[in-house]
Amino acid sequence: MAEIIIKNGFVVDPARKINGDVMDIAIKDDKIVEKVGSGAKEIDARGKVVMTGGVDIHAHVAGPKVNVGRLMRPEDKLFKSPNAQAPYRIESGFSIPSTFKTGYDYARMGYAFVMEAAMPPLHSPHVHEEIHDTPIIDQGALPVFANNWFVLEYLKNREIENSAAYTAWLLAATKGYGVKLVNPGGTAAWAWGLNCLTLNDPVPFFDITPAEIISGLMQTNEYLGLPHSIHIHQNSLGTPGNYEITLDSFRLAEGVKANNKFSRDSVMHSTHVQFHSYGGDSWRNFESKAKEVMDYINGQKNITVDLGCVTLDETTTMTADGPFEHHLNQLNHLKWANTDVELETAAGVVPYVYDKDIKVCGIQWAIGLELGLYAKDPMRTFITTDHPNAGPFIRYPRIIKWLMSKKAREETLESMKYTDKVIDATNIHSLDTERTLYEIAQMTRAGPAKALGLSHIFGSLAPGMEANVVVYDLNFNDMPDDPEQIERAFLRSSNFIKSGDIVVKDGDIVSHGNKRTFWVNARVKENPQVIRDIHEKFLKEYTVGLGNYSVWDCLAPNPYVIDIDVEA
Amino acid sequence: MALVTLKPYKEPELYLECNNISPDAFAGKTAAEISELEVREGKTRVRLGDYFEVSGKPGDTAEQTEIHIAGDCSRIKYLGTKMTAGSIKVDGNADMYVGGWMKGGKIHVTGNVHSFCGIAMEGGEITVDGNAENYVGSAYRGDWRGMRGGTIRIRGNAGNDIGTFMLGGTIIIEKNAFIHVSTHAEGGCVVIKGDVEGRVGGQMVKGDIYVLGKIQYMLPGFKKIATVEKEIDGVSARFNHYIGDLGERHPRSKGKEIYANLFVMAS
Amino acid sequence: MPKWITQVGCPYCGSSCDDLEVLVSDDGKKVLETRNACVIGNEIFHHASNPNRPTRPRMRQEDGTVKEITYDEAIDYTAKALLKAKKPLIYGFGSTNCEGMSAVGRVAEKAGAVLDNCASICHGPSFLAIFDNGYPSCTLGEVKNRADVVLFWGCNPMHAHPRHTSRYSIFPRGFFTTKGNMQRTIICVDPRETDTAKLADIHLMIDQGHDYELFDAFRTVLRGHDIPDVVAGIKKEQILEAAGKMKNGRFVMIFYGMGCCHTDGRNHNVDIAISTTRDLNSHTKASIMAMRGHYNIAGPGQVWSWQFGFPYCVDLSRGTHAHMNPGETSSIDLAMRDEVDCFVNVGTDAGAHFPIEAVRHLKKHPFITVDPNICMASEISDLHIPVRIVGVEEPGVVYRMDNVPIQFKKVVDGPDGVLSDEELFDRVYERMCELTETEPIWILNRGHAHGSSTAEQ
Repeated sequence: MAEIIIKNGFVVDPARKINGDVMDIAIKDDKIVEKVGSGAKEIDARGKVVMTGGVDIHAHVAGPKVNVGRLMRPEDKLFKSPNAQAPYRIESGFSIPSTFKTGYDYARMGYAFVMEAAMPPLHSPHVHEEIHDTPIIDQGALPVFANNWFVLEYLKNREIENSAAYTAWLLAATKGYGVKLVNPGGTAAWAWGLNCLTLNDPVPFFDITPAEIISGLMQTNEYLGLPHSIHIHQNSLGTPGNYEITLDSFRLAEGVKANNKFSRDSVMHSTHVQFHSYGGDSWRNFESKAKEVMDYINGQKNITVDLGCVTLDETTTMTADGPFEHHLNQLNHLKWANTDVELETAAGVVPYVYDKDIKVCGIQWAIGLELGLYAKDPMRTFITTDHPNAGPFIRYPRIIKWLMSKKAREETLESMKYTDKVIDATNIHSLDTERTLYEIAQMTRAGPAKALGLSHIFGSLAPGMEANVVVYDLNFNDMPDDPEQIERAFLRSSNFIKSGDIVVKDGDIVSHGNKRTFWVNARVKENPQVIRDIHEKFLKEYTVGLGNYSVWDCLAPNPYVIDIDVEA
Repeated sequence: MALVTLKPYKEPELYLECNNISPDAFAGKTAAEISELEVREGKTRVRLGDYFEVSGKPGDTAEQTEIHIAGDCSRIKYLGTKMTAGSIKVDGNADMYVGGWMKGGKIHVTGNVHSFCGIAMEGGEITVDGNAENYVGSAYRGDWRGMRGGTIRIRGNAGNDIGTFMLGGTIIIEKNAFIHVSTHAEGGCVVIKGDVEGRVGGQMVKGDIYVLGKIQYMLPGFKKIATVEKEIDGVSARFNHYIGDLGERHPRSKGKEIYANLFVMAS
Repeated sequence: MPKWITQVGCPYCGSSCDDLEVLVSDDGKKVLETRNACVIGNEIFHHASNPNRPTRPRMRQEDGTVKEITYDEAIDYTAKALLKAKKPLIYGFGSTNCEGMSAVGRVAEKAGAVLDNCASICHGPSFLAIFDNGYPSCTLGEVKNRADVVLFWGCNPMHAHPRHTSRYSIFPRGFFTTKGNMQRTIICVDPRETDTAKLADIHLMIDQGHDYELFDAFRTVLRGHDIPDVVAGIKKEQILEAAGKMKNGRFVMIFYGMGCCHTDGRNHNVDIAISTTRDLNSHTKASIMAMRGHYNIAGPGQVWSWQFGFPYCVDLSRGTHAHMNPGETSSIDLAMRDEVDCFVNVGTDAGAHFPIEAVRHLKKHPFITVDPNICMASEISDLHIPVRIVGVEEPGVVYRMDNVPIQFKKVVDGPDGVLSDEELFDRVYERMCELTETEPIWILNRGHAHGSSTAEQ
């Protein structure tokens, strides 16, 4: 590592309100600096767009359910894996790529950081083994909390302090980054084959409601002052008419203030809202409620969302929402994997084909994009596909294309079998909005970095920031008429420098870089009750010893630990 | 039709993977160019011409191209995979994947074939004069989209897993089969002219099976509903008509469940 | 003072118990005593102290005798054999850690090898069934805390997984199962009266080889249809009784073993067992689990799935992409068909487990065994390379039969100079890179992390 200068590119850096100015970006070691010496390696970015590395706030890329998906879908590899790029590792799979392909493809797209969206705590060593084997990109992982017996018991008794002490312990034990909620209470109910479909359905045995779990974990999160807010996959995902439950969940954030030292303003991140913005009361009269959902978000400043756009591909759904996957399997009759995890969570995996010639899939496609177009604050609205649930992450460039080009949207809409019915059930056809590169940079970089509490290192090209710089072959002043060129440019960057290492050149991998694992170490004052509870549950109910539960340091050999001292 | 003849002159040490032996790959090339086509032996890359003498000239398109392999292909995999038109004839045996993922055209093997013959086939015709090993007209691992069209005729015996996850097309086994016929199938037709040991139509959703010989072990999920006269592949006879697999899910149409049909020749 | 080490993992069966206590000598070199282990687990710990254990690679000479060589010489021989072969087969991994499996993955890719594990001759049919039909399962703690109907199909944990029934499946008292075995209905399907069958409330003594028919009968009655009076040797009344118990259970657990996945139909028996589990979930909660044999035989299925997308039978010979199709790329088929020209046996005993005909074919070519112990494979090998014993002398991540990762400690130091699987294969890789004048590719540029060697104790 040494000095690099990226010269004469059109810099798009919303964090500094820079929009297409022709500038040089200087790098020394792993940081962006004001200037470098004359010996610096030069990269010519003339006529090209320069941004900071992408930040993905939500993707399922590492861990047990991702791997179940890989394992149970050999057909996801057949004739679909690209040829390996010698001398680098073999790349396998389409919707659920191998760890090598995951790292390479994110790097080719210019992404620097990816958050694994759901880590079952008992399986955290597995998650970290996979993160370890995913080259180049920095990663963190969110342990799931909202169906965990400790949490349910503490929150039932409104013991926020105990909930916080346990949360801090679990984050350290699993090397986790933040607090993930998946179908609060519903997944716990699934252990008996049941579910919680509204916010007031009591969780069997635990005598607590989803609303209480969400509010309790939100309070826990702010008590600890974690870098990220709670990150929630709401109840009743993927069912017609669920937008009302979505709005009910949002309302729980009203009046709650963010407490942290990481410039984070939000108290709730609502993930893959596409799956939660459904109207109608059956698949027959299924329709978009994207406008209703986004209208609320536009007015409620302490919530961030990511889209979860449907990309119209054959993909693999996977979620800790066990009852949903069971339900989906009964709809499509394809293979179904499920893993219930003792005391903690569950997960299901089912392949799914989003066929553009099926009306429902067309409407789902429109909903994801409508959310991205209705959003008034791109700093709070992030591009995702809930990879691989609504589509693989390598389709981010395609979503960018659709968001930036009405022409591209209309072409896709026109190619559907039920174009008119999709138009009737959505607003996509009437939306003329076309997102700018500036807004795309907000939705893929500055915004998610801020929501994750990482805006001090990611999301901007300001001096002092991490040296993640990507060059895309797009002329800021003369954007192509052909929207396909937008997708191509974002799919394979001209250059990507990750933490000061040149890792991609002309869309090809040229180095494995030095990936890091991000985790949060929140230090709370000793809580004897929680320690006692942990010992007791491991003695009586877990089947793994407490002494073998915490993830070894060697599984995250290049860590970036965020330390927090929590004042009681 | 323009004829290309391949004459094997050297036995490979391991096995040759010859995805390139197909009318689609040969069309429009000279014999010399065909000799240069790459085939694989393990991790080594070799030329087709290292193992075959190539003569004749193919047509401009696959459709106009006829390939004759004048010799045994017991150690040649992937003959005619993904071919769309034209024909291949093998004088002798062929190894795995004959006509796999085939879309059109004809393949005729005068000897035996190994496993995965006609795997995930979509169209065309495969005829094997000898026996076939396992997985005739089956799906690739994990895929719920098995054979969709075309016809496979095995004049001898076949092993297990015939037409697994089959959706369409026809498979005819002229002699006996071992176990697992049309498992998980949702369409298509399998005809076994000889005997089958058992597991006929297990987990089958839709589609037809004809057995002209005996089934040694009938599945409990199949129920006899009638005796019918039928003509199948040139044979007219009385058949016991069973429906099933009653243990499996079945689609409904007009308020009635649609079952798979199993016709076993009445003795 | 000798010292007790607690919460030690046991490198024996798929139960992967992690509650052993091991007494270690003063100098940290010898195991003196164990607690909580079953007889076989206990034996493994003592085995490490066997003075006759090989501690240097042994190369077969032309006259048939063996001669000790250095690790450098053994590494050089292995690297050259792998590079020279057109299609090497690297097989085994019943007894090593995930770090070792990962290191071998890198070597196999460089060698254009086929990478396969013991599942190929064991629970491979389970993988085929999972490919076709999924896997509704759970962790063993769910069984302990919830299961009230437990089915053992073609497995005999009382012998094969000695502590399974006491830790997880029959006897333990869990959160919702406070009365332990009193609260559980045990159903056993087995043609023999095994010791597990003797414990069962219902023993269905099935005709061997007719598992598929019996599952089909269960499914048919669960959907309300009639079945013949006798299926697979079992009377209709017994089938209806067992089906009723399952349907009315609150949490039904199906464990199955080789008796299910290695009788005729193999993967289809498991496949229809999975369908039965799905059906039961329309009535109650049900899960299914393969009784995996070794403490980390689920490991290669995990590691190679995330590295290559396939759990076993991974053919890397094309170099451009991974290919898998058991029946073609499975070890026994490759050996019997003479499709491979170099064999590396790692952490298992192919000599004992493979059909003799398969071994004869493999013996035509270089035959290398990597294993801590003398075994049949090591004794017919051209080269035997001893390594440290995982779980005793080498820490690492292992995957229990329910795919829960467990971080296994080491309790004593290995013999001086003996390498771990991971160290050995990383050095083979480095040697292959030297020989081919290529740069090694590690995950991290600035020094690669040898995970387990820095494991916390």
